[in-house]
Amino acid sequence: MSTGKVDRRVEPSHHFDSMIQEHDAGKQGVWLFMATELMMFGALFAGYFIYRTKYFDAWVEGGSLLDWRLGAFNTIVLLLSSFTMAQAVTDSMQGHNKKAFRNVIITTACAFIFMIVKYFEYSGKIHHGLFPGLGMWNPEAVEVAQTKLFMTFYFVMTGLHGIHILVGIGLMVWLMKRLKNDEFSKEYYTSVEGVGLYWHIVDIIWIFLFPLMYLI
Amino acid sequence: MAETKTVDNAHAHGSQEGVNYLNETSGLWSWLTTVDHKRIGVMYIYTIIAFFVVGGLFALALRLELLTAEKLFMTADVYNQVMTFHGSIMVFMVIVPGVPAMLGNFMMPIMIGAKDVAFPKLNLASWYCLIIGAVIAVASLFFGGVDTGWTFYTPYSAQSATAVAMVVFGAFVMGFSSILTGLNFIVTIHKLRCKGMTMMRMPLFVWSIYATAILQVIATPVLGITLLLLVAERIFGVGVFDPALGGDPVLFQHFFWFYSHPAVYIMIVPAFGIVSEIISTFSQKTIFGYKAIAFSSMAITFLSFLVWGHHMFVSGQSPVAGTIFTVLTMLVGVPTAIKLFNWVATLYKGQITLSTPMLYALSFLCLFTIGGLTGLFLGAFAVDVHLHDTYFVVAHFHYVMLGGAIVAMFGGLFYWMPKISGKMYDELLGKVSAVLVFIGFNVTFLPQFVMGSLGMPRRYATYDGIYSGYHVLSTIGSWVLALGFGVAIYALIKAAIKGEKAPEDPFKGTTLEWTIPSPPIHTNFETSPKVSGRPYEYR
Ligand SMILES: [Cu+2]
Repeated sequence: MSTGKVDRRVEPSHHFDSMIQEHDAGKQGVWLFMATELMMFGALFAGYFIYRTKYFDAWVEGGSLLDWRLGAFNTIVLLLSSFTMAQAVTDSMQGHNKKAFRNVIITTACAFIFMIVKYFEYSGKIHHGLFPGLGMWNPEAVEVAQTKLFMTFYFVMTGLHGIHILVGIGLMVWLMKRLKNDEFSKEYYTSVEGVGLYWHIVDIIWIFLFPLMYLI
Repeated sequence: MAETKTVDNAHAHGSQEGVNYLNETSGLWSWLTTVDHKRIGVMYIYTIIAFFVVGGLFALALRLELLTAEKLFMTADVYNQVMTFHGSIMVFMVIVPGVPAMLGNFMMPIMIGAKDVAFPKLNLASWYCLIIGAVIAVASLFFGGVDTGWTFYTPYSAQSATAVAMVVFGAFVMGFSSILTGLNFIVTIHKLRCKGMTMMRMPLFVWSIYATAILQVIATPVLGITLLLLVAERIFGVGVFDPALGGDPVLFQHFFWFYSHPAVYIMIVPAFGIVSEIISTFSQKTIFGYKAIAFSSMAITFLSFLVWGHHMFVSGQSPVAGTIFTVLTMLVGVPTAIKLFNWVATLYKGQITLSTPMLYALSFLCLFTIGGLTGLFLGAFAVDVHLHDTYFVVAHFHYVMLGGAIVAMFGGLFYWMPKISGKMYDELLGKVSAVLVFIGFNVTFLPQFVMGSLGMPRRYATYDGIYSGYHVLSTIGSWVLALGFGVAIYALIKAAIKGEKAPEDPFKGTTLEWTIPSPPIHTNFETSPKVSGRPYEYR
């Protein structure tokens, strides 16, 4: 049995030999998790391209229904949040928990802004009868019938991405709590780095979603 | 390996005599909140064996209905539901989690000289994912059940009036269990090997768990998103796969088999690992072609992502695609055959002991070879057009999944039973079970090859009288088979309750788990072991 609680700032958990070993293991775990994310979104991107080839006109019309300015704004917000997240990781690597805390707060704020913009985008689409389910779809709103399929992909992909943003917010709240309690050190910052990696992959997925949905 | 044995774990100072992972704490709560990989492994054993019994009862009901050509006691609707539950339970709750979650969890960390898996809490979370997913899926029985077959093909699964969304969501949750287990195992194998345990010194069971884990991590997310889309299609009425809405049902098949073909190897590759261990130990001979067996697992992992189209030869695939998928499918036969030849070469001139695990392993060799070879028939697309959706297919995958994966799994359970429970099983009961399973299995499924090639279609509750003889034989076989598994489970339970105390190394194994007491202590080793050579260094 493990005896009491381990102070992770100075010693590894009982089944590891060293802190470096534990850190590497944690990092590899997050990378593997990233691989599962890529496979999951990869399948959706594959579906997107198959139908784009099949129903090109619908895809052109669908893209024109989205407001690229809102998309571009959100892209900038996420890029900024990626920067502050990277900064937070650097800070905690150097043992500056306070600085890292501030950067995580900015990142979280960006995430909220992103979701608020998304909320207005979604409600606009729903208002115009462009939500492809629950009986809300208005066939008159579009010229090509398969634009409904485009909107399905739009809502599924950005929706799933949005869920990832929400999960990210949860993770960052958790980080803030731990940063506040000074639970990290120069030798132990695995969780900050892990959440950082997660946040970057969420951003990268958006970097692909933005041009595919709004621009082309 | 001889050096490892000199590490005297049992009586090193600091250990209390008689304290082990089973008795150091007690009470149900201490089990439900445990993060010890051994206890989690044991919990998996109990749950998965329970699922296996339930899935098996469904199978017996199906076979009983098929005793007569006309309706016996099930309507066609009930038959479809029973068939779906049999398939879903056996695939998603028994064979996919099966060996990695039960025996991989328990043995893999010990075999590489680690104290636990890399992420013990995540390991427990995986178990809960399986349980929650299973509860959701089985609860659907009270909301109209499901009648789509375990493959959930669209468009029928999007239209069926049964509770498809629930079962599919349950499978989605269970997918997380599989992903997280795989992730945990990859990191464990990379980062937690003890001193001297290079990759090329790992036991072959660990290699097979490693290959499986890669498949779990890479393939399962695709199933996850596919099932999620199907749920969205049913709940929100969006139309990704529904042709009425512009969607494409064949896309569902592509996505589904992109996971489910690799999933076949998630099910069978761990079985390969068990067989490698058992054959070497009970031949008391160095495994033949260690590297070939290890790398062929990795080759299978790689190839398995390229062959999904062989399930879709009659789904409007072009002849060019059909040819490509046929050729790629034949390629999988190469690494698989390499394994078989190496096992046979290991047996050659070995000092063979026909103990229970060995009998199961030899059954595996025989049954899996038949299953693998008939897979070549189905993988060749010209032949498949004739055999598609007949009992030939049913027989083929039962030879691989039941005769391969499950038979090896029972072999592994008997093999490691002394280590897990610290008690010996009854050798006579074990042998009887192995023989009954072998006979019952062949009587059940050999006739299905014949009637399948004669045109008996799968998934029907009634059939033409000309197939009666085969069906009767098959149903009788299913009773013998059930008796065999019943005896096996009884033997395992009996051993756990009142078996004789097991020594450290009852079978003269060479891998690390045989150097520690049975059952092991909480941290597995008193002091981290040091390894200086390959396992299986017999002679
Ligand atoms: Cu296949």
